[in-house]
Amino acid sequence: MIATPLPPRVVLYEGRGAVPLAPADRGRLFAALLDRGYAVTLAGANAADATVGGTIVVIGCFGGSPPEVAGADVSVCDISGRSADDVVESVEAARGERRMNRPEAARAPTDRATDTWKPWFPVIDPARCTNCMQCLSFCLFDVYGVSPDNTLRVENPANCKVNCPACSRVCPDVAIMFPKYHAGPIDGGPVSEADVSREKMKVDISALLGGDIYAKLRERSADAKARFSRERSADQALAERRRCLTKLAEAAAIPREVLDALPSPEEIRRRADEAAARAAAARAAAGKPA
Amino acid sequence: MSDSSDASPRILYCRCAYAQVVPADVKDAVLAGLAAAGTSFEAVPDLCEMAARRDPHLAELARAAGGLTIAACWPRAVRGLFALADAPLPEQGVTILNMRTDAADTVLAGLGAPLGKAVSER
Repeated sequence: MIATPLPPRVVLYEGRGAVPLAPADRGRLFAALLDRGYAVTLAGANAADATVGGTIVVIGCFGGSPPEVAGADVSVCDISGRSADDVVESVEAARGERRMNRPEAARAPTDRATDTWKPWFPVIDPARCTNCMQCLSFCLFDVYGVSPDNTLRVENPANCKVNCPACSRVCPDVAIMFPKYHAGPIDGGPVSEADVSREKMKVDISALLGGDIYAKLRERSADAKARFSRERSADQALAERRRCLTKLAEAAAIPREVLDALPSPEEIRRRADEAAARAAAARAAAGKPA
Repeated sequence: MSDSSDASPRILYCRCAYAQVVPADVKDAVLAGLAAAGTSFEAVPDLCEMAARRDPHLAELARAAGGLTIAACWPRAVRGLFALADAPLPEQGVTILNMRTDAADTVLAGLGAPLGKAVSER
């Protein structure tokens, strides 16, 4: 779960006592607010009540007489005659010092200090997942966990490595989606029989590499380390590591930067063992074979 | 604040603001059409981001009386996102329109809204 507080929600009120915006102005205002990360509700004359808690900023053309709205965390802003950019600034002011994620984060690296991140994480298709826990065993970053009912769940989405869909490649049931991936079926598109066969083949490729892709990684890292000791050249060792990892990156579609950022072989072994133990415990609790 | 409650399907539009996987011309035209229709709707910057936060608003939407029509991406992904947020969508009463693959007029027809002028046009 992401710790970033909920951003304020904006309600454009056009019911009784407010003058509706022109359609083009309404569209521009929505786009401007959405692209800054705010959810917006158009509440017209027949709208269901849009307030569901949290911080609400009610905006509308009230002709200088904004309505009184009950609620401790609700503010009202008259936007009569104001541009979309100007309204966005007012909403920003109403937010104050509260942190929020920003769509601009998609163009920048994840920043733990400010909680900005690109929402890239696996999404499980409950209709396909068989709770085999293979993904839980595979992921070294504690993205996956187990629910109290011993079913797989995405526990720490922010731990996922942006643009890495590797766990979806090892899923034998094509049950793991990354909605922001560029192609199907990983993006959530339809799954064909050929996709299922292809995914199984990818698991087999992993097996050909040594049965455990991380075991192979450890071997290659150890080789690189030994060579580094002999040659005492950090540059050569780094080049070797990069060359060795290329095959792994291609086999499982793991971005190079993710492999480069992996911890030491010892730490990889510890995490892999821990993840495998959790997966085995979940399978045992669910009465499934190890 | 509301004048009355009704049981017509609620409309949810996802901007997919954190990625470029939904064609910009489609999502702009759909937003413009919704804005031109003038009927109530909800727009969110990014369903993925909300699901990761397990935003309680998703549960409120999933329980919407009268049903829910969602303009976003692949239905399988949208259902998975709501499930991830502990707000599974009911099997009945939910329509998911795919802006990744469908044309704007197709999506707007599904929403019951007219084709509007793209909001990026000034």
